[in-house]
Amino acid sequence: MSTENVIEAKNLTKKFGDFTAVNKITFNVKQGEIFGFLGANGAGKTTAIKMLIGISSPTSGDANVAGFDIYKNAEYIKKNIGYMSQKFALYDDLTVKENITFYGGIYGLSRKRIKEKRCQLVEELGLQEVTNELVSSLPLGWKQKLAFSVTLLHDPKIIFLDEPTGGVDPITRRQFWEMIYKTANKGTTVFVTTHYMDEAEYCDRVSIMVNGKIEALNTPKELKEQYKVDSMNDVFLKLARG
Amino acid sequence: MLPIIFILPLLQLVILSNAATFEIKNIKFSYIDNDSSSTSRALINKFDASTYFNIVSDFPSKTIATLAMLKGEVDVILDVPLHFEKDLLKDKKAYLGITINAIDGAAAGVENVYINQIIQQFNKNVRIDFMQPQDVKNKPQNILSIPSFWYNKTLNYKTYMVPGILVLLVTMITLFLSGMNIVREKEIGTLEQMNVTPIKKHQFIIGKLFPFWVIGMAILTIGLIIAKLIFNVPMLGSIALLYGYTSIYILVILGMGFFISNFTDTQQQAMFIAWFFVVIFILMSGLFTPIESMPKWAQNLTDFNPIKYFVEVMRMVMLKGSTVTDILPQLQKTLLYAIAMNGLAVWSYKKTS
Repeated sequence: MSTENVIEAKNLTKKFGDFTAVNKITFNVKQGEIFGFLGANGAGKTTAIKMLIGISSPTSGDANVAGFDIYKNAEYIKKNIGYMSQKFALYDDLTVKENITFYGGIYGLSRKRIKEKRCQLVEELGLQEVTNELVSSLPLGWKQKLAFSVTLLHDPKIIFLDEPTGGVDPITRRQFWEMIYKTANKGTTVFVTTHYMDEAEYCDRVSIMVNGKIEALNTPKELKEQYKVDSMNDVFLKLARG
Repeated sequence: MLPIIFILPLLQLVILSNAATFEIKNIKFSYIDNDSSSTSRALINKFDASTYFNIVSDFPSKTIATLAMLKGEVDVILDVPLHFEKDLLKDKKAYLGITINAIDGAAAGVENVYINQIIQQFNKNVRIDFMQPQDVKNKPQNILSIPSFWYNKTLNYKTYMVPGILVLLVTMITLFLSGMNIVREKEIGTLEQMNVTPIKKHQFIIGKLFPFWVIGMAILTIGLIIAKLIFNVPMLGSIALLYGYTSIYILVILGMGFFISNFTDTQQQAMFIAWFFVVIFILMSGLFTPIESMPKWAQNLTDFNPIKYFVEVMRMVMLKGSTVTDILPQLQKTLLYAIAMNGLAVWSYKKTS
């Protein structure tokens, strides 16, 4: 893990009318880090991510993602990041192969590169049998793995995963985290939100958001020591219950 | 979905072109013959011979006839009074009672004209029959007008309606499809995924709209073939010109659909707004009712109706054989409209909220 910051957020705020969804959050994420972004439902995680990936303008504050300013160079940020949303967002009415080819094309990969990537990806995920099937016919776990792989197509510097393992069985979740580790080992930064506290233990560092603010930010080990509890679950309960 | 997109509109073209007619035919005609003379029978025979009237019944009394009209069994009642023939011979003049169901005022007006024509014709014959030899030299001179119908010689309403209905179909299909399109992606979440990619706005919009442009052109092609083969609509002008104009016209509609899509969150909202515009556009297009007879403010509004221009161009090029110079005003306005609409569409589509 290097010491270079790939995400720097300073007093980032988003208001919807009178409601402050994200309230002056400040944090840094280092290159190659697995950064766990925790918080109860409605704590403001998704809103914060949307600002970092350039699809929602902050009300105030600054942030730098992959070396680019989120106000001025949002489109450059998009070239350097991958995003997997809470909701499955590949095209259901395209086949596995078509989805990969389509997203490859959007990120400006050459035809040759798309083909290489597609073969590699299909093999890694064991999707050989279903490459020509519609994505809608796949089970959820496979869909999620496919979506994850598609976010990596263009070798982004950072990937943002918004609850990637929601509704997925324990075995697939395990495989999912193996994929996340593999990705981080290659130097890609992983910014991940989750509601599973066992997954939080796998992260290098964890931040916990409560009502739009970051209440805690540290390694899981130190957080447990700080709050004098045995598991991340208890850390979360202590903080989230206030 | 794709077969549906093509089959339904073309079925509409075939069905509607036969149904949307302004011709008044098969008028339900009845009479009360109180005279029962040879003259009254001759008159009724004249109606019977006409292709416009179907004699459905003869009533013994006015009351029964009125009742039948109330039930909708008859449209026209001809009341021949007693001594009709006698009066005609003696006084050289007689009266006839005509009752017309005028709920549809336009139709009633047309029926009245038909009836009067038949009676006048009959009148002329009667005068000749009853004329005394010494009157022959006093026979009135007739003034006859011989109309020549241009561009649609046989007054075939299908020739008039088919190009117009084809315009409607091309418009509706492309507007609904493009209007539902982006908003659907909003609903299923793929739009957000798209917005996170570095795709350029114009690339996205062209990628989204081009397929519908192709579909619109394909519907035009099949529609023209049907117009030629089934309805035998004349195509005097240049087909290339028609395609050239349509290619620009569809851009207007697609821009409009995209614009609607950007401002709505669900497909229901998009559909509602698209319908609102389609209904106004259709009824104010000059397709069914002449724009010249609308009030001034409504006429001004029709200047913003793209369908109006398309209907005009379609009829001009197909039926009159108009050239580029003839349709230049429509072409310019449509082009301007296309630029404005697509400008708005691009402006209103934002990758960042």
